[in-house]
Amino acid sequence: MEALSTQHITKSFSGRVIIEDISIRLMENELVSLLGVSGSGKTTLFNVISGILQPDSGQVLLRGEDVTGHPGKISYMLQKDLLLEHMKVIDNVSLPLRLNGISKKEARMRTGPLFEEFGLKGTQELYPAAMSGGMRQRAALLRTYLGSQGGVALLDEPFSALDTITKGQIHTWYLDIMEKIDLSTIFITHDIDEAILLSNRIYIMTGAPGQIKDEIVIDRPRNDRKEFNLTEEFLSCKRKVLKTLEGK
Amino acid sequence: MKERSENITSKVPAVIALALILLLWWGLCASGMIPSYMLPSPADVVRAFIGDFPNLMYHAKTSLQEAAYGLVIGIGLAFVIATVMDRFRWLDQALSPILVITQTIPTIAIAPLLVLWMGFGMAPKITLVVITTFFPIAVGLLEGYRSVDPDEISLMRAMGADRYQIFRFVKFPSALPHFFSGLKISASYAVVGAVISEWLGGFEGLGVYMTRVKKAYAFDRMFAVIILIVIISLLLMALVDLIRTVSMPWTEVKAEHRNERT
Repeated sequence: MEALSTQHITKSFSGRVIIEDISIRLMENELVSLLGVSGSGKTTLFNVISGILQPDSGQVLLRGEDVTGHPGKISYMLQKDLLLEHMKVIDNVSLPLRLNGISKKEARMRTGPLFEEFGLKGTQELYPAAMSGGMRQRAALLRTYLGSQGGVALLDEPFSALDTITKGQIHTWYLDIMEKIDLSTIFITHDIDEAILLSNRIYIMTGAPGQIKDEIVIDRPRNDRKEFNLTEEFLSCKRKVLKTLEGK
Repeated sequence: MKERSENITSKVPAVIALALILLLWWGLCASGMIPSYMLPSPADVVRAFIGDFPNLMYHAKTSLQEAAYGLVIGIGLAFVIATVMDRFRWLDQALSPILVITQTIPTIAIAPLLVLWMGFGMAPKITLVVITTFFPIAVGLLEGYRSVDPDEISLMRAMGADRYQIFRFVKFPSALPHFFSGLKISASYAVVGAVISEWLGGFEGLGVYMTRVKKAYAFDRMFAVIILIVIISLLLMALVDLIRTVSMPWTEVKAEHRNERT
């Protein structure tokens, strides 16, 4: 079933078209990557899908319902974890619930059990400043998950600020956690390896104005991605992606 | 623990400098280079401070009351004005220059006017304290509201937060450090503001007492008043720091982890 789709979205700023006629879809529990060079309008597209920007034309459908320009339905995670320094981790993570009018106590109670699942056990009562970058991203993903009432989340380069080793660890963790929870995500990245490793499908975007150039399906099952990046299959996917990016 | 001992060593130069100044002061007086009716020696001042203590406390109570009322009203006013200015851009553009102009008006010049308008009671004193303390806090808050990471606001909006929720969860907490920086300055202004306004008339307060002892040429007691004002201001600033630490526990965590990493 289709969790989310955009239909012919176009958005321009002061006469300059940033993204043009973008139609993508996201199936239930699917991980889709949006791969493209910087300046191809990926973040603008996300701002439109999340509802904080109104498109010039086109629609965003969440399970068939028109949510164009209505923020709060589709969850959004940015490169910076944006945990609020003045709140304890558990209050940061449960913030989406509180914004929906749930009391602090109730929000904490609902959030608590998920900490273990997300590998965040024992961090509830810490302030974000006391956590490592990798742990902070995990907390941010948990917050994103709790904010996704419709089970759909947008991740804008969520791991790009991490060092290579932490990134490798968090990739494994990410694939693992996505098997456990119901969340369909679109994932912006400019890292080709990351896109292939973490997705069912990759949309390739080219810039000025941003358009979807191609769609590449990664056949390997998500629960069989251990050392996937060392295989011939991975390389052939990568060749395909590079070719498209180079415009051949 | 290590941090604490570092804290103590970092204060050693300041203590030495202060001690040297006191020594110089004492030396000038003891050598007879400056006659004691012009500059009392530190020992005279301490004697006056102790001898005059009940009197000093009686007047300090009044000044502190004025300072406290003025500061509380100043904080309230600053909060309302800064928040409204942050909310409505046109109001910000309209009021910003006026705020700056009010700060260039010398306090000492409007104090007599206030006395003229409001009489010799507490009202003109409190008003003057409000005028002097309001500005650093308002500026601090405004700066704080604007220091918020725009991505944080985008994220809050994407999560469906309304304006009030963005204020409560993001803007206000981000403004707190700036607010306290402003408050610290204002707390020290508050006492001085009260004393200045008391110079120009009144029945009690450290400023009133100061003019009285000055007229009696009791310079040692005048110095005792000055020292008391310094002590009160320092205590108030320390109190602000204490409230800041208690109300912002997360800054402690941040500092600890910064130390760990370096």
